[in-house]
Amino acid sequence: MEKKKKRLVIRTIILAVLVFAIGYTVYGTATKDKVELLAVGSKAPDFTLVDLNGEKHKLSDYKGQGVFLNFWGTWCKPCEKEMPAMDRQYKVFKDQGVQTLAVNIAQTDFEVQNFVDRYELTFPVVIDKTKSVMTAYNVGNLPATLLIDPDGKVAKIVTGEMTEAKIASYMELVKPK
Amino acid sequence: MSLIDISGNLLFVAFIAYLVATLLFGGSIKQSNATGKNTDKWGKVAIVVTIIGLLSQLGYFITRWVYSGHAPVSNMFEFTTAFGMFIVGAFVLIYFIYRVTALGLVALPVALLIIAYASMFPSEVSPLVPSLQSYWLTIHVITAALGQSILAISAVAGLIYLLKVVDLKKPSKQRFWLEAVMFFLVVVVGFVVATSVFNMMDYDSTYSYLDKEGKERQIDYNMPPLFGMNEYKAVEEHGMSPLVEMPALINAKKLTTVVWSLLVGSILYLLIRLIARRRISAIFQPFVKRVNLQLVDEIGYRSVIIGFPVFTLGALIFAMIWAQLAWSRFWGWDPKEVWALITWLFYAAFLHLRLSKGWEGEKSAWLALIGFGIILFNLIAVNLILAGLHSYASA
Amino acid sequence: MENIICACGHSNPYGTKLCEKCGRPLTEEGKQTKVVDMRYDGTAIRSKTYNTTFVDKIWNFFSSVKVGIALIIITLVAASIGTILPQAIYVNAPEPSKAEYYEKVYGVLGKLYNNLGLSHLYNTWWFQILVGMLAISIIVASLDRGLPLHKSLKNQRVKRHESFMKRQRIIAEGQVPNADETLDKVEQKMSELKYRVRRDGSALLAERGRFARYGPYINHVGLIIFLTGVMLRLVPGFYVDETIWIREGETRAIPGMDGYFIKNNKFILETHDEKQQGGEASQGVNVMAKNYQTDITLYKQPEGALPGDSDNLEKLRDYSIRVNHPLKENGFALYQMNYRLNELRQMNFNLVNKASEESQGQIEIDLTNPKKEYDLGNGSSVQILVYTPDFDGFENGEPQTKTSIPNNPAFLFRMTTPETPKGEVSFVEIRKPPLEPLGENKYRMKFAGAEMRNSSNFTIRKDSTIPILFVGGVIFMIGVVIGSYWNHRRLWLQVDPDGRVLMAAHVNKNMFSMKKDLDTVTTFAGLPPYKDQLDKPEDDNKSAKPGTKEKEGDSTL
Repeated sequence: MEKKKKRLVIRTIILAVLVFAIGYTVYGTATKDKVELLAVGSKAPDFTLVDLNGEKHKLSDYKGQGVFLNFWGTWCKPCEKEMPAMDRQYKVFKDQGVQTLAVNIAQTDFEVQNFVDRYELTFPVVIDKTKSVMTAYNVGNLPATLLIDPDGKVAKIVTGEMTEAKIASYMELVKPK
Repeated sequence: MSLIDISGNLLFVAFIAYLVATLLFGGSIKQSNATGKNTDKWGKVAIVVTIIGLLSQLGYFITRWVYSGHAPVSNMFEFTTAFGMFIVGAFVLIYFIYRVTALGLVALPVALLIIAYASMFPSEVSPLVPSLQSYWLTIHVITAALGQSILAISAVAGLIYLLKVVDLKKPSKQRFWLEAVMFFLVVVVGFVVATSVFNMMDYDSTYSYLDKEGKERQIDYNMPPLFGMNEYKAVEEHGMSPLVEMPALINAKKLTTVVWSLLVGSILYLLIRLIARRRISAIFQPFVKRVNLQLVDEIGYRSVIIGFPVFTLGALIFAMIWAQLAWSRFWGWDPKEVWALITWLFYAAFLHLRLSKGWEGEKSAWLALIGFGIILFNLIAVNLILAGLHSYASA
Repeated sequence: MENIICACGHSNPYGTKLCEKCGRPLTEEGKQTKVVDMRYDGTAIRSKTYNTTFVDKIWNFFSSVKVGIALIIITLVAASIGTILPQAIYVNAPEPSKAEYYEKVYGVLGKLYNNLGLSHLYNTWWFQILVGMLAISIIVASLDRGLPLHKSLKNQRVKRHESFMKRQRIIAEGQVPNADETLDKVEQKMSELKYRVRRDGSALLAERGRFARYGPYINHVGLIIFLTGVMLRLVPGFYVDETIWIREGETRAIPGMDGYFIKNNKFILETHDEKQQGGEASQGVNVMAKNYQTDITLYKQPEGALPGDSDNLEKLRDYSIRVNHPLKENGFALYQMNYRLNELRQMNFNLVNKASEESQGQIEIDLTNPKKEYDLGNGSSVQILVYTPDFDGFENGEPQTKTSIPNNPAFLFRMTTPETPKGEVSFVEIRKPPLEPLGENKYRMKFAGAEMRNSSNFTIRKDSTIPILFVGGVIFMIGVVIGSYWNHRRLWLQVDPDGRVLMAAHVNKNMFSMKKDLDTVTTFAGLPPYKDQLDKPEDDNKSAKPGTKEKEGDSTL
């Protein structure tokens, strides 16, 4: 009867492994297409981009402060709508330890400068000319905003247009304690 | 005379040779039926003529290769002619192993039909599009065609088996389906006849229409338009106007071709039935009277067991290697790939049914016919009707 | 589950059909049949013996060949359904609007097809489970049959019981004058025929091609390795599939390949001179193309550089990516997939006096880097107040742009000339008369030509599963070739001292080849003629002499 028991154990193990493998495959296929921006809680990749004045901005420059990281383009209407509100809240929060950084997706200096002048934006605007940061952050649809906490981790990801109240609350979220 | 002309002539010579050989094989069988002896004389001549034809077709193949600079398997015409040639080659090989004359009586006409069908497609030598510019064209396509042709022999053997065992005097499902296979072969003849006749008449009408995405396009008909494209407008019309308009989804030109083939094929079939006064199966039955069933069954099985690895190698493995190189993915579930997989799965089932479940004899013969049907579906329907990266040509 | 004790004394596992030691049939059924089933050499197929627990029942279900065949057929039918309408990946519409496409183009059938998930058939959970079940079937059935078969073949004995021998398909019985001489002759001949000969007293076993029996099991192993490789794609890190559009002149980070950049130097399209080839025209394959390629430069960031930092890029190499010739680097491959021709890159305008049609000068606007002001050097200058690459209307008086791609460029110019020092404002859209919001102008910007550039589309692929798939495929081919092109032949011979001889032979497939060998050895050693117990007499087959039916070719076929 020893043999019988051994047989049962072996069969059960083999079947269990196979069922697990199939289950993993089905699950993996179902979830792999949901490609999102980075997961909340993961470390935000550091990067360096140049702003319209020629100055370099590194994400790690802002360590110890919260960061409101916004990806945008001039063709994106919701981005355009929320920019004035972003500017206002930027002014409110920048001395409270929350910085704002707007990353334009590979447009011409002309268009970006024009846009900044038109809306009189005061927060730093950088251009991701090679789409390198966009790739690192897996940005797909615009607008996309990531809230990064003072430790450099992603606290929240927002896609779609934001109201001024929401912007304020998000900035509040990553204020250093 | 340029190389390409020589090539065309050699193909024609091969075609005639196969035709003559078919008659000689028929004669050989009739002789041995009558005398009760296995007469080798007619059979010997028949096989010699077949080999002459094969060599001639090989000449066509090689000269065309030299002329065009690439293996002549790059479009519908080239591939299908090569397929026919490989079937004859596979037949010759099997003939020398088993010496069953009846095989020639079926294999050669099948090859003839395939070559005739191929000739209805544009045969100009065209330069290769970038994706075909690879030596994998040679390796993948030729091996796949070889595999398919060896598998085809199992269908030939199966057909012979069924012609002998199916009782044609009593109505039955088998009798019906056997005759259905014959009818299908006649429809292929119908297609060849219809296409050739309208070609000779130089028939050509042009219409504009709206495709399934709403864009305006033009299309040429080489046969009188039984069916019209979606929202068609005549640009240059001869002979007749379309009888029925089709929605954008259906390619009315292809439907027209199919229906003309069915019409002409049906008429031919009726004529044959009227003149011969019996089923086509019954016309062929006496020829297979003396066939050794066990042997034919063995041939059917052996062709699959020999052909299956070749088919796997050519149609799946080489195909996947090339696809990865050219399209960045070794498998994309496009219709041709899927139907190659279906063919492969089917023959795997065939082998399992035969080896493990003992499905021999008649069952095996029907399976072989179905398998060949799947191969033909891949050659005809997938190429011409279902769209995909792989589709070669439009009729 | 008691073991079965054979008359010869050997204890066989429950379910054994033929005694492992001597070959006697152990079942009633076996004793009745004329020719025994030698598919598994008479060993017990495990699944048919243990059938008690739930696990056993599942196991036995998957072990059945009938179930396996059914699974093959169901898979085959399911796969064919996915070809009725094009799969979603091949549909020419952006991702979110694919559902509409199916309904619009294929009507009700299309809508149903898409809603049922049939447009993603090969990715559905049920198709994957189907293939998974096929895999389980392969594994379980092979284990159940292969292991006992191997044991039996390894332990088979030379001397078999008469009841075993008489139930083989080929048997021969008779008398020979000299027992030892016969045995020696047979041994000699069979060795010549490349059989491995073993002797045990008055018994002899000649065997050839045993490895061929393992063919199916080897090819099954290959299939499982292949499927495992396919499954591993889902494990992070094994598989990257990205796509990138890049215009001539641009440098971009390669998605999926951290730290690498690519510059599109030039896209080249060569066409054939002859007129369009009829056949392939309608397929969307670009028949006019003889060759298309992108000349690129591959760059790498120095170690530790951050995304966004494109200073100090190290040039790795130049390469021309074209179809069938991907760029390979560090386990990644970039494939030339598609291209777009003629996107605006530069637009030239003349500052023209409307009345005199006289030009004050020309400006060349580089659409990748428009300047704020263009000084014509003669006191005239042009400022660009607003530039919209893809103009699609005004909102609140402001020109809007649909995308960042210059499909429909429009400019708001301020033209300053000595004659018009305050400047005139003009909104210029391609192929439309200029809008003059501040009153009629004396000057206008007249379009004077453009320069285009092309874009290339690459697929970035990293697939670490490919070696696994390749190994699986190779092993499969080896197994299928071994199983198909070779066979396992055995001849048992027993000669009693008094000259009574009993011979039996078995082949797992292709009896014809063995019969040739049997004829040779029968003649040489003077054995009694053998008979095929499965031979059905054929009335009209005149050439039927047992064993010498047809000529055989290569004995390996």
